[in-house]
Amino acid sequence: MSKSNKPIVWGPFAAGGTVTAFLTPVLTLLALFAAMRFSPDMFTYASMHAFASNWLGKLIIFGVITLSLWHAAHRFRITLFDFGVRADLVVATILYMIAAIGTVSTIFSLLSI
Amino acid sequence: MSERQIQLEVLRYDPETDREPRFQTYTVPCLNEWVVLDALNYVKDNLDTTVSYRWSCHMAVCGSCGMMINGEPKLACKAFIHEYPDQIRVEPMAHFPIERDLVTVVEDFITKFASVKPYLIPKEDKPVSAGEFKQTPAELMKFKQYTLCINCMLCYAACPQYGLVPEFLGPAAISMAHRYNQDSRDGGRDQRQEVIASHEGVWECSFVGACSEVCPKHVDPAGALQQVKVASTIDWYKEHLMPWSKK
Repeated sequence: MSKSNKPIVWGPFAAGGTVTAFLTPVLTLLALFAAMRFSPDMFTYASMHAFASNWLGKLIIFGVITLSLWHAAHRFRITLFDFGVRADLVVATILYMIAAIGTVSTIFSLLSI
Repeated sequence: MSERQIQLEVLRYDPETDREPRFQTYTVPCLNEWVVLDALNYVKDNLDTTVSYRWSCHMAVCGSCGMMINGEPKLACKAFIHEYPDQIRVEPMAHFPIERDLVTVVEDFITKFASVKPYLIPKEDKPVSAGEFKQTPAELMKFKQYTLCINCMLCYAACPQYGLVPEFLGPAAISMAHRYNQDSRDGGRDQRQEVIASHEGVWECSFVGACSEVCPKHVDPAGALQQVKVASTIDWYKEHLMPWSKK
């Protein structure tokens, strides 16, 4: 038996699970409120833009979005397997591709701010 | 003492003569404080001597009498009759081949359990004259709960992943490896990691958590496996991104 390379995907999955459990739902809700202009001044466009212009802000946004994406991809892969979809390689490739595209486009959108 | 009649449906199967398993029902007069094992013993002593099942201690210590009771993996000696309806169905543990009636073939588990080296591998040879290996209460607390495993295999009967992928090392074996890895006196982690950090090892676990729900000794194998995953992930990143760090 040789050691598995599963940690490559499990690391982001576990970290993403923590983020998804504690942060993502709240952030989604706040973003929705902000989009509806139903939010305190802290979430005005100007202050959000300022946050995303800052390197630390970019890093935090990048972390939250990409970790959530990788978590969702891996979770969905396991769920599909449990529901009887046994074409694991195909499923894994498609889902991780989506997460990878999301990661790359997050980088580009953050760099363009 | 109150007495109650139950219908005990027992799965009967002799692979040498029967084409497939069948259920045989026995009417058993039970005392209220009886456990399912008492009902089985009553059947064996008074109604049908041919029923086969394993048991020994009758006090949830030996881990022999694991079986499916109304579909759930339980120790028959810890399943009180008063918690069940009048009809109780007992079957051999799920995911194991049947040897006869309620007796299962457990060689797969024994082989896997032995493969993780479930014993202390001291860091260095120490002569007896050098004294004992000392351990603080805090160091003991790190693994004590995992020492409570009685190898009853209920976690294997509960684990859907083991049912799906028979190669999976399984909850009890990995928890026991974790028990020794966490022991401050032990130096065998590298040897065990070769087995438990493999694909058939901890990575086959999808954290369903059924193992911890059925564990009669509250070992919490699911928790142990999650800790093994975190530790193995840190190992992996160290080995691949910081090869100079030498684990």
